[in-house]
Amino acid sequence: MRLTIYASRLLSVVALTALLSCNKSISGTTANLPPLNPANEDLNAGTWKTILLSRPDTFAVAVPAATTTTSYTADLEEIVGYQTHMTSTLQSQISYWSAGGVLRWNEIMRNMVAKYNLAPYQNANGTYPIPSSTNPFAYPLFPFSNPPYAARAYAYVSAAQYDALVACWYYKSLYKRNAPYVNDSIIKPLAGKTNLYSYPSEGAVIAGATAELMQLLFPDEIATIQQDLAQQELALIASGAAARSDVTAGEALGRQVADVFLARGRADNASKAVGNATVWAAYVTTAQAQNQIPWYSLETPSRPPMLPLFGAVKGFLVDSAAVVSLDPGPPPSTSSDSMKAQTEAAYNTVKNATRDQLSQVQFWADGTGTWTPPGHWNYIAEQDFINQNYSEVRWARNYALLNMAEMDAAIVCWHIKYEYFNPRPTQMDAAIRTLTGVPNFPSYVSGHSMFSSAAATILGHLIPSRAQAYATLAQQAADSRIYAGIHYTIDCTVGSAVGQKVGNYAVTRAESDGADQ
Amino acid sequence: MLIPPKLQNFVVTLALLLAACPCLYAQTDDDAIMMAKKNLCVGATYTHSSWDYYWEGTLHRNNLNLGTVKTQMVGVMGIYGITRHLAVVANAPYVWTDASAGVLHGMHGVQDLSAWLKWDAYQQHIGNRGVLSLFAVGGGSVPLTNYLADYLPLSIGLHSKTLSGRIIADYQLGHFFATASGTYTWRSDITIDEQSYYTTELILSNRVDMPNQTVFNFHTGYRANRLIIEAMVSDMTTLGGFDIRRNDMPFPSNKMNATMVGAHVKYEFKEVKGLSVTADGNYTVAGRNVGQATTIDAGVFYILDFSHKKTAETPTLKTK
Repeated sequence: MRLTIYASRLLSVVALTALLSCNKSISGTTANLPPLNPANEDLNAGTWKTILLSRPDTFAVAVPAATTTTSYTADLEEIVGYQTHMTSTLQSQISYWSAGGVLRWNEIMRNMVAKYNLAPYQNANGTYPIPSSTNPFAYPLFPFSNPPYAARAYAYVSAAQYDALVACWYYKSLYKRNAPYVNDSIIKPLAGKTNLYSYPSEGAVIAGATAELMQLLFPDEIATIQQDLAQQELALIASGAAARSDVTAGEALGRQVADVFLARGRADNASKAVGNATVWAAYVTTAQAQNQIPWYSLETPSRPPMLPLFGAVKGFLVDSAAVVSLDPGPPPSTSSDSMKAQTEAAYNTVKNATRDQLSQVQFWADGTGTWTPPGHWNYIAEQDFINQNYSEVRWARNYALLNMAEMDAAIVCWHIKYEYFNPRPTQMDAAIRTLTGVPNFPSYVSGHSMFSSAAATILGHLIPSRAQAYATLAQQAADSRIYAGIHYTIDCTVGSAVGQKVGNYAVTRAESDGADQ
Repeated sequence: MLIPPKLQNFVVTLALLLAACPCLYAQTDDDAIMMAKKNLCVGATYTHSSWDYYWEGTLHRNNLNLGTVKTQMVGVMGIYGITRHLAVVANAPYVWTDASAGVLHGMHGVQDLSAWLKWDAYQQHIGNRGVLSLFAVGGGSVPLTNYLADYLPLSIGLHSKTLSGRIIADYQLGHFFATASGTYTWRSDITIDEQSYYTTELILSNRVDMPNQTVFNFHTGYRANRLIIEAMVSDMTTLGGFDIRRNDMPFPSNKMNATMVGAHVKYEFKEVKGLSVTADGNYTVAGRNVGQATTIDAGVFYILDFSHKKTAETPTLKTK
């Protein structure tokens, strides 16, 4: 009898393991996308409202050489050469990049955010080193791409790509140079056919704009990004989608537009957001003067609060006056019965967490070493944008709207957090053990709730059929922080409400940027 | 991972049995002893393992936000002699974890079922008193519950399904013996709750490729009918995987290597036939992406005889 039981268990073990796949490599959800084939090529996008550029032709793009010239003929011969001697490596690069430049660069950005999203290890004396943009290769590497930093990085890249593509579309319509595969029937369209003119190359515009911004955002990665750029440009040329002259003009345009964003980024106050010991101490005394228990770090040794002055960063959609007006007012006093009840509720929630709640906590954790909550929402958006078959310029526009909303949500959220400097539940009751790491900044209001609600609001506007699904996801993201024991319920309800207001700023812009006319 | 390598999915069986070599004259999946036919050995072990230093990649460090990470385990197991030359071994543990510092909540729950078939394949007498034996062992493990894997160092396991093959060689000379074994373990992908994770790059998937592992084990000492005393050294290597980044959290598919040394004692009571107790200790002397664990455990085992003989056949060491 017992023998039978053991034998049958053993058999089930063997049977299950026999099902293991021999091929162990994991392929990402976007590894094998078909070439971008826009349902609508947005041929009028040269007229869409830009973000920082005052006009689409702020930067001149030279008249392209006629397709009858020897220089253009040489461009075509280069393509024929690649296609005649096609390699499997080049073929796979063409396949990778043909899914869309905005999509791929957004993924590369998420990769970099995850790579750099690690808090510095302490010094021997218990203080913490601060990553320095002037010495980015020394430990701690610059940047520490925590959620506010990441939100801003995604926003600058997306917004610059968008402005650069509007300019690109403008010049495409102006110069009307056909794609190489149209000009020479020997050239095969290996990345698919579109009705777009090819000068300047939209792929190279995206690559140039993104690579240029690395000086500001991820200086350690300039060399790596330059390799990605070269790979994409080669793929564009070898696929027959763009001639070398299309690519050269595109990259130059992208870089010029990005320089406008670079200049803004250097002066948007983000470099001052770390604060200093005097700033950090002032939060404590201010809270104490208001008879509130001030936040303190739950890390050992005590870590200075994350980017306390990020609330003063210059937003894209929400100006500094609006940041103040979006302040929802204070949380309940740390000595109030209400706060006591919220703390007790947090304790009970963690203690009784279900497996499904653990899953939600994990799904939305987006903590250390990850793409952060804005990165997660970029991924959620990506899944739907792929199905929408957007043009490159619309991909960029929608990501810009999403990421400007996320960056401004970070600004408003951080403003609120440091206005009230409210303790985390575990600080109020050390018995509260949490199901994910406790972020090293004040509790009120929840960043996840703000990011998610802002994202769901703008994405729901962009893809109305998914609005309810986004709202549900945003609610889950907010709830997950309560399940984890790192937020009071009020942090999340208020954060969600303010996040929706920030999202509406992006909706207002979307309604008036000319893309939906 | 930062839970001791002992507690890893597949290794849990190996380690438990290494540590708590059960049942007089019985056997584990990694020793040179066979069970008498139609005898069932049942047992329970308690394991306590803790560390405050660990290896972040190759960097030896502690973590003031974890303090001492402790794992406790109660395992139940059964070993049945199908024939004198073939036995099946199975076990399942309940595991608790917690950290003495920091904010993270511990985990607890039933972990994985492991099962092994052990075949006494070859035996050769050498000289007057020496015996060389070879054993072939195959087995695997499956998670019994839907526990969190990506919650290291406080997850209770890695949630991979495994399939293992092992060769054991044993030489006994009088009461002294030496046993060496080599194990290869295939590990299935696992599914985590996240939609992406970072290894050496960002992976857009909830599936995690778990690299395979090898374990080499050597033990030697005194082995007689009622008493076994032995020393052991064990070396686990993960064939792939990646290092924990500076000041990052561990991840299930890290490259987890560990070298452990330990000792094991087993005693069978004369007064109660079939009853034995075990005690073990081991220490991780070198590692990579694992905790530097000190582990102790204790077990009690009892043999039930289903051979319908009037009295239980006194099992004899194969090598005697």
